[in-house]
Amino acid sequence: MESLTRHQVNRQSLSTQRLSTALTAWMFILPALALFVVFVVYPMIQSVYYSLFNWKGFGSLEDYVGFGNYQRILNDAAFLRTLSNGIALVVLSLMLQLPLSLALALIVGRDLPGRRYFRLVLFMPYVFSEVIAAIMWVGLFNPDPDRGLFNAILVAMGLQPQTWLGNPQQVLGCIFAVLTWKYFGFHMLLYMAGLQNIPREVEEAALIDGASGWQMLFFVTLPLLWGAIRTSVYLSILGALQQFGIIWVMTKGGPVNASDVMSTYMYRYSFVRFQLGYGSAVAIVMLVISLFFSIIYLRFVREQEYA
Amino acid sequence: MNSIRLKLTIFAVLAALLIPACTSMAPSAPTTSQPAPASGESAPQPATAPASTERKVVVNWWHISTAEDHKALWQQFADEYMATHPNVDIQITVLENEAFKSKLTTVMQSGEPPDIFQSWGGGVMIEYAKAGLLKDITPDLDADNGAWRATFSPGALGVYAYEGRNYGVPWDMGMVGIWYNKALFEQAGITSPPKTWNEFLEAVRKLKAAGITPIALGAGDKWPAMFWWAYLAVRLGGQEAFEKAYSREGSFTDAPFVEAGKKLLELNRLEPFQDGFLSATYGDQATIMGNGKAAMELMGQWAPGVQKDNSPDKQGIGENLGWFPFPIVEGGAGDPGDAFGGGNGFAIGKNASPEAIDFVKYLTGKAQQTRLAQIGIALPVVKGAEEGIEDPLLRVIQSSASVAPYFQLYYDQALPPAVGSVVNDSVQALLAGAMTPEQATQAIEDSVAQELR
Repeated sequence: MESLTRHQVNRQSLSTQRLSTALTAWMFILPALALFVVFVVYPMIQSVYYSLFNWKGFGSLEDYVGFGNYQRILNDAAFLRTLSNGIALVVLSLMLQLPLSLALALIVGRDLPGRRYFRLVLFMPYVFSEVIAAIMWVGLFNPDPDRGLFNAILVAMGLQPQTWLGNPQQVLGCIFAVLTWKYFGFHMLLYMAGLQNIPREVEEAALIDGASGWQMLFFVTLPLLWGAIRTSVYLSILGALQQFGIIWVMTKGGPVNASDVMSTYMYRYSFVRFQLGYGSAVAIVMLVISLFFSIIYLRFVREQEYA
Repeated sequence: MNSIRLKLTIFAVLAALLIPACTSMAPSAPTTSQPAPASGESAPQPATAPASTERKVVVNWWHISTAEDHKALWQQFADEYMATHPNVDIQITVLENEAFKSKLTTVMQSGEPPDIFQSWGGGVMIEYAKAGLLKDITPDLDADNGAWRATFSPGALGVYAYEGRNYGVPWDMGMVGIWYNKALFEQAGITSPPKTWNEFLEAVRKLKAAGITPIALGAGDKWPAMFWWAYLAVRLGGQEAFEKAYSREGSFTDAPFVEAGKKLLELNRLEPFQDGFLSATYGDQATIMGNGKAAMELMGQWAPGVQKDNSPDKQGIGENLGWFPFPIVEGGAGDPGDAFGGGNGFAIGKNASPEAIDFVKYLTGKAQQTRLAQIGIALPVVKGAEEGIEDPLLRVIQSSASVAPYFQLYYDQALPPAVGSVVNDSVQALLAGAMTPEQATQAIEDSVAQELR
């Protein structure tokens, strides 16, 4: 009888303890959760609601169109262009930007003389604000050889000056160059952190076993860097899909959609054309695409971590 | 047990604090501080307190006059007014044109317009007025037997009215025309400014042959390019074509609008614009003109001021600058005197205090308008103030605009904002070769059909 009561008491105190722990956890979560709900979840739900209306952004919501906005988006050639531009940026990032960052990390992450200086210089573009960087590059790309550095160089070399941002065939390449310049330092940093986590012993063992430089890179360093590469690829793709600042400042998505991406398209409809309902629908489409990618990526790439 | 109770209490307090904070935050999150209410409640101040601590009426004023002279003059007007009205505090926000448009849209969507802000009247202003974001100042204009109203030239005032009610007033009205560099024309052997489209094309050819960039154009900002197409449409279709299309009796796919696109491409084929014009801004356009690197630009009355401001010595091309009206198009239905253009004004936000309106009255007073005319950047709209115009070219523009049989407001302002933006985008696409004249007018018509139902 006595033992039973004690058991009950124990049980009770156990459950109060659990409650206590849960309450503590909630207390810490609550402020962040409140901010998240107010500034992320609530606007998202609001956008979904707005996206069902033909609405200018002020005045009352009257003109209910159901999924009409979504239909228009998916049938708009200009929107499809933003998708292909986005994919082009993603592919270029993966093919050029990341290998470049990795190569630089391998060079400056190790025993290069003056590596601190190089690290500082290579990381600097990432510290600049996007707008400042974009304005600076607009100046460099100025088609007038007297004012734009690149054309000045071309002319000095006796070559034909280019119109760069004014040329629908060149503009996306120019934007990509700026994005690479701006963000390779960040990816380099990720790889450098990854490199520092590789134990020296493993490399030494490989060296003793007679591995060549390339063998070491492909069979020791890269596999051990997998974690960093995974994160870097993920951030790079999401960054390219959501890029706005640099493109808007440099070209506003022009000339004629040649450098348009989903976010500039969304901004143009919401704040230039006064079609906030349509713009909200674009935002939701963008969210779904990014979310879809994230889930797939985490499921198929991240999972291997625990396999 | 005690600790549980304590935690529960803290949790409840936190929740109680956060939830109302969140809910009250949500609808008003983006609002900025608002002007203090009118000073009806000015409580008697302690005798020792200095006068400056009295609650002042704050007037928020957003303008886009970034040129040095002009910005300084606006500041001077505000300072003068505050000196004679110590209870008023005028807070000026100076914004660059494109930045202003974005920022204004955002504050409008949050429902908190500034008290006084730059406006071009027409379609955009009408959207704001319809949404109840602007103050109807018709009673102020009509007070004292319409004393304030009578000072304006009626055409200019009408641009800021919707269904007979005024939501703003003009401070400048002029027209778009071709600004040219006389020295470069002479160099190319052009003796007199072209009067017809064919003569104009001939002049462009001569300039090209002489190795001079004929025309500076900032097509990256789109509206400077729209001016070319729109002026051609005005010359080809006149008042009738636009009014029919606008009233939905006709359409923007009607012949004059398509023809305007074809004429523009005819010009574009001569490669008259500077290299990379498709991404250039209006600032670039003014810089090229101000540095004497292109022979012409199609721009409004403010062009000389902006050219000067964008030139290295702040002088522009000085005496070499000339002006002629847009050439007439052979066989076009428009009257040769028809003018395309518009002006600048101030719209009044819905929360504006009587002090704000009184200040606008001061700004558009004859003395202030005359001084504005003297700096040569705006053409006054108040009767008698044109005496202040010192620049002979601006005099010509002022008189041409005032006698125009038909005055066409800028398309991107006359039409609803969504359409205006489609017009601008389509003209850029036309010049980039991404759309044919037919496709461009169809895109405009599709948007009009949706917006002007």
